[in-house]
Amino acid sequence: MTAAMNRRSLLGLGASLGFTVNLFGTQGFAATEGDLARKKLVVVICRGGMDGLSVSPPVGDQNYAALRGSIAMRRDQVLMLDDTFGLHPELKSVFALAQNGQARIAPAIASPDRARSHFEAQDVLETGSAKVYGAETGWLNRTLEALTPVRKVEGLSVGTTAPLILRGKVQAASWSPGKGVDETARLPMMLQDLYRSDPLLGPAFARGLETEAMAETAMATQASGSAMGGAGQNRGGSETARKLGSTLGGFLTQAGGPQIAAVSLDGFDTHANQPGPIATRLSAMDAMLDGLHTGLGAEWKNTVVVVVTEFGRTARINGTGGTDHGTASTGLILGGALKRGGIVGDWPGLADKALFENRDTAPTLDMRGLFKGVLADHMGVDRALLENKVFPDSANAKAVMGLV
Amino acid sequence: MGKIALSRKGDRRLSLPSKDMMAAIAATRFGLGARPGEIEAAKADPQGFLVAQIRREGADTPQDDRETAAARFEQMRAYQQQRRAERQKKDGEGDAKMAAQAVMDAQRALRQKVGADFLARARLGAGTPTAFRERWTLFWANHFTVSAIKQLTSVLVGPFEREAIRPYVFSNFESLLVASSTHPAMLTYLDQAASIGPGSRAAQFAARRRNNPTAGLNENLAREILELHTVGIDAGYTQGDVTEFARALTGFSIGREQEDRAGQFLFREQAHEPGARTIMGRRYGEEGLKQGLAALRDLAADPRTARHVCGKIARHFVADTPPPALVQRLERRWMETGGDLAAVATSLIESPEAWDPTPAKVKTPYEFTLSTWRLVGAEPSAFERMAPILTSLGQRPFAPPSPKGWSEDAQTWAAPDALIKRMQWAQGFAAAVADRTDPNALAASALGARLTPPVAKAVARAETRREAFALLIMSPEFQRR
Repeated sequence: MTAAMNRRSLLGLGASLGFTVNLFGTQGFAATEGDLARKKLVVVICRGGMDGLSVSPPVGDQNYAALRGSIAMRRDQVLMLDDTFGLHPELKSVFALAQNGQARIAPAIASPDRARSHFEAQDVLETGSAKVYGAETGWLNRTLEALTPVRKVEGLSVGTTAPLILRGKVQAASWSPGKGVDETARLPMMLQDLYRSDPLLGPAFARGLETEAMAETAMATQASGSAMGGAGQNRGGSETARKLGSTLGGFLTQAGGPQIAAVSLDGFDTHANQPGPIATRLSAMDAMLDGLHTGLGAEWKNTVVVVVTEFGRTARINGTGGTDHGTASTGLILGGALKRGGIVGDWPGLADKALFENRDTAPTLDMRGLFKGVLADHMGVDRALLENKVFPDSANAKAVMGLV
Repeated sequence: MGKIALSRKGDRRLSLPSKDMMAAIAATRFGLGARPGEIEAAKADPQGFLVAQIRREGADTPQDDRETAAARFEQMRAYQQQRRAERQKKDGEGDAKMAAQAVMDAQRALRQKVGADFLARARLGAGTPTAFRERWTLFWANHFTVSAIKQLTSVLVGPFEREAIRPYVFSNFESLLVASSTHPAMLTYLDQAASIGPGSRAAQFAARRRNNPTAGLNENLAREILELHTVGIDAGYTQGDVTEFARALTGFSIGREQEDRAGQFLFREQAHEPGARTIMGRRYGEEGLKQGLAALRDLAADPRTARHVCGKIARHFVADTPPPALVQRLERRWMETGGDLAAVATSLIESPEAWDPTPAKVKTPYEFTLSTWRLVGAEPSAFERMAPILTSLGQRPFAPPSPKGWSEDAQTWAAPDALIKRMQWAQGFAAAVADRTDPNALAASALGARLTPPVAKAVARAETRREAFALLIMSPEFQRR
C-alpha cells in the first residue's frame, strides 16, 4: 500500500465517522508518513503502586521531610533536577538523560481510579477507561486498531503472560528471553493446523512464531549493545533488566518491527521497611531504561518512553517504615524525541490541606491526558479517534500537547 | 450420590452430556488431567466420582518434611541474625571465612526447604487419584495467596498451605478465613505482624522511648482481606472502613524468640488500638482479639462475600465469564449453609452448567505440567528441573506476583510467548518419555470423549512418537479444560 492510499483510507474513515481528520497532530503536515513509521512508544508499567515521593523526592517542599520521617531523603542524597525535585540516587541513567533534556517527571500523575486497589487501578490504567470494568481491551491495543487504516503498526509486550494494556482485537506479540525456535520445523507447522479453529490459541501461536524469528535479530543487536556498555554487577537483577531493555531496543529498531511496546516491572508494593526494596527496584528500572536507550541506538531520537504506576503511596510514612496505598505518583517521560522542559503537570505541594483526603499526593494530571498527548504528537494518532475510541470518557483529561 | 436433583423450582432443566463425555470432563475440568485409567474409573458415575472426593477432614497432605511454620520462622530468624552478625565482622577476623560459609550453607538449606515443599505438593498433584480434592485446595491456596517473593515468607508458604488451608477446604469459610488471617505466613506477607494501634500502649511506649517514632498502623492485610478474601472491591467500603478494620486487627502478630508462642500467632494486647470500631456500618464494641475476630466473622457471613467468592469458584472451574445461573446456585447454597464449603463443592458438581463440553479455560502452567505428568503416570522428581520450566511459562513456584494470586483467565496464559515456551517444553518432555509410549492409546486415555477427530488424526499421522506426544499435549483439547 502506498502512502497516498494510506492517507486516503484514513480520510475516508474519518469522513465516514463524521470526524475531522488531523492526521499529524500538532506537528501539522511537517511529518511525513515515513517519519511516523519510525516513531516508537514504550510504556513501562511499574506494578505494586510505585512511591512517587521516592522516585522524585520533593526535597525542596517544606513539608516533605516531616511527612516522610525516617525515610526522608536529604538534598545531598538525591540527584537534583530543580529547586524542588530530585531523582532517587539509583536513577542515574534517567538523571543523565534529564540533564540533556531527554527525561522529565510528572510528579502528581494518577489514573481516574480512587479505590486504592492494585488490581482495580491497574485495570483502569491498562484499559484507559474512566472507571473499573469500563472496557475489556487495553488502550495500546485500541491504538493499534485506530492506526490500522493508516498504516500497520505492530505491538509487543515483554513478558510471558499477556498484559491487559495490549489485549484486544489486534493480535499483539509477546516475547520473553528463552531459547529459539526453528519455525520451519514440522511441529510448529502442524500445531498451526491444529490451532486453526481456536480463536485464542491460533492467532497467539502464529504471532509467537513470528516474534521468535524477530527475536534472533533483536538478540544480535543486544549482544553488540552490551559489549559497548561493558559488564556491570548484577545488583538486584539490574544486568538482567539492562539486557531486557537493550533486547527490546533491538526489536524496536528492526524493519517491520514493533513500534509500540509494553513492559511490566513489579515489586513496588512497599508497605514496610521501604528504602532498601525501592532502591533495588529503581536500580533495575534505571538499568532497563539505560539498556533500552543503548539498544535503540540512533532510533532513540524517534522514541518516547512513558513510565507509570497504578497509584502512588501515602505521603506519610506508615507504622512499619513503609507507605500504604495512595493516589498520585510520579510518572517519567523519556526519549530522544522529547522537548526540554520542566515538570509535567502542577505540583500540588505536601501541606496537610493540599493532600488528597489528608493522606496522599493529590493528583493534578490525569495520566490519560499524558497518553493522549504523546499518541497525538508523537505517534500521529487522530485526535477524534483518541477521544472516541482509544480513551472514551476522557474529556476531563485534557491532552498534554507539545511534549515532543 | 451422583443423581442430579434438577426438580428444584425455578431451575431451568439443562441436559447433561453423555456419561463418557462427563467422565472426560470430570478428569480434565474438575481434576488435574487424567491419569491412565482415570476416565474409565469415572465412567459409571462421573458426578459420584467427584462427590466422593469431598471429605470433612480436608485435603491430603503433601509428603514434605512436616516442619511447622513456627519452626521455619525460627530457622529464618536465626539465619537472618547469623547473616547480620557475619556482615558486622571485620575482614581480618580469623573465622570470618568460616562464618561466611556457614551463612551461605544456612541460606542454601532454607532455599532447599522451599523447593522441597513445592516438589512435595507437585508430586501429590501428579499422583493423586482424588485430583478434584487437590484442585479445590489449590483454588483456596490461591484465593488466600501468600507469595514467596519475600524471603521470610518463602519458607512459610508450604507450612501455610498445610496448616491454614488444607484442613479447612471442606469446612466452613469462616474457619478458612480465620486460619489464613492469623497464620504467620499471611501476617508476614501482608506486613501485619508489626502493625501497631496509634493510640495503643505500645505506640505510647515507642514515642516515649523515641526508639521507633514511626511505630503505627499498617493497613495492607486489612485492605486485602476486604478486597480479595471476602466482600470484594465492589462491596462499597471506604478508606475509613479499611483503616478501622486495620485498627481492629492491630495486635495480630507473631511470637518472638523469647516469648511463649515463638513463631506462632500471638495477640499483642499492648499493640491493639483501644476502643470500639465501626467497619462498614457495623459497630464492634468487643475488646482485644475478639474485636478482629468478630469483624472476620461478620465478613465471612456477609452475602457480598458469598457473591464474590462463588463468582471466583465458577470462574476458576468453568469459564472466565461463568453462567450467572451457576454463580447464583453456588451463592444460594453458600448462604443456606453458612458458607459450608463441602456443600458449595457439591453444588458445583451438581450444576449442569459446569458440564458444558466446550472447554473454555486454558490450563495454567502448573496445571499443564501436572497434567502432562499425570498423562504418563509419572511424578516430577526434582525441583531444580521443575522450577525453570514453570518460571519461563510465567508461574514461578510459590511466587504469584501479587496478593491477588495467579490469574484465572484464558487470555493471560495464551500469550504468544507462553505458547512457544509450552511447545519447547513439550518437545523436551516428549524426547524424555515418548519413545516408551503408544501415542494413540495415550490420546484416548488423556482426553476420552473429548478427543476430537483432528487431534486423533494428527497424533496417528505423526512422523515419530515424540512428535505425536508433543502434538497431543499441545493440542487445544489438552491445553484447555
